[in-house]
Amino acid sequence: MSCDYTRTALHGYLDGELDASRSAEFERHLEDCRDCAKALEVEESLRSALQRSSLCERAPISLRKKIRADLDAATAAPVAQRIPSWRWMAVVASILLVAAISWYAWPRPGTGTARNPDAPPFTAAELIDAHIRSLQPGHLTDVASTDQHTVKPWFNGKLDFAPPVKDFSDDGFPLVGGRLDVLGGQNVAVLVYGRRKHFINVFVLPTKEPDTPIHPPGLRQGYQWLHWRHQGMEYCAVSDVSVADLHELAQLIYQ
Amino acid sequence: MSGINQGSGSDVLDVHERARFEQLVMPHLDAAFNLARWLLRSREDSEDVAQEAMLRAYRFFRGFHGGDARAWLLQIVRNTCYTWLEKNRPVELMTEFDEELHPQPSVSPESLAIAGDNRERLGRALETLPPRFREVLVLRELEGCSYKEIAAITAIPIGTVMSALARARQRLQRALTQPPVQEASREL
Repeated sequence: MSCDYTRTALHGYLDGELDASRSAEFERHLEDCRDCAKALEVEESLRSALQRSSLCERAPISLRKKIRADLDAATAAPVAQRIPSWRWMAVVASILLVAAISWYAWPRPGTGTARNPDAPPFTAAELIDAHIRSLQPGHLTDVASTDQHTVKPWFNGKLDFAPPVKDFSDDGFPLVGGRLDVLGGQNVAVLVYGRRKHFINVFVLPTKEPDTPIHPPGLRQGYQWLHWRHQGMEYCAVSDVSVADLHELAQLIYQ
Repeated sequence: MSGINQGSGSDVLDVHERARFEQLVMPHLDAAFNLARWLLRSREDSEDVAQEAMLRAYRFFRGFHGGDARAWLLQIVRNTCYTWLEKNRPVELMTEFDEELHPQPSVSPESLAIAGDNRERLGRALETLPPRFREVLVLRELEGCSYKEIAAITAIPIGTVMSALARARQRLQRALTQPPVQEASREL
């Protein structure tokens, strides 16, 4: 085997891209060829320098915002928002419809229906009810504070878990406060965030299920929610803000 | 090039497509920005070009039928970068890729490790390479792309990815261990 050939094969070997037989062949060659062994050592040292270098640059938040604005402009508004005169009736009717349908359609624990392991342990109806109830006067927060160090300790002793609490004012999602709520028969923590003049409820409860990515949004005219599990906690963010905004907050919490 | 179809453009997507884009493509924004950053060597220009590329990707999104979303996006980013370079800095693209693979100069792993420990020096050395060398190194070492992905993104045949990387690494070693003579031209 000539060393010109191995000089190139060395890179395939380094990158784990040689098939098993060529890889074994190259390893045998390495035992005899000091030049190649040394060249491999040099390449490995270069690679670890590159990987240790933190030369990777993350997209700045300002760029992320500009892109989201572009995407918003290139996205059609949901149908419900195009017919303002019908809007309220549509919202009420659709909530009733959603509640009725999901009461039957959503698998509930213990009913014998095969439960989707990725679904949250409460129904869409319960979730939307809880969200709407919170928007009635005086129901939004039990502790109103934009300070995560006030909101987090407030939950102490009121729940048997400690929900992660973070303020995202700098990213346009100021923390408004927190409250206790009941969802699917369980006590849950709720973090309330503001987005312009809208509110986002983030329901948090402990789970033993493995982590999931942020699931595709549940969309019902007027309200949407995102559900995910991360580090032993189940999250459900609900609001009437755009999916993009909701997703941005979900990602901030997920990080 | 096989497997990746950018599809035809369409101006307005609906909220479901938007949500799918958020889930499949937006997580690769950092990779997109990083590639643009290293291809254009300027933060400001790469922000503009990455922004343009993301919007293009969104318009092409209906043509994406699953598969490797990162490679699909990076291919669009790369094309957008090259179009931008052709228009704004055509000289940079004139370097020949098919350079001879010279016998390895004697570089010791130790001297390389010392040079490589200096982040700034390493970054500068990478910036002195022609874009086509730079991009294979960025994709392989910073983004961890496979040869198949690199071939799809850069439109070079998969059989030549390995030798392209071999040449690129050799160039980088040389740039690292030689005195930095190109300091002045970098400022252009």
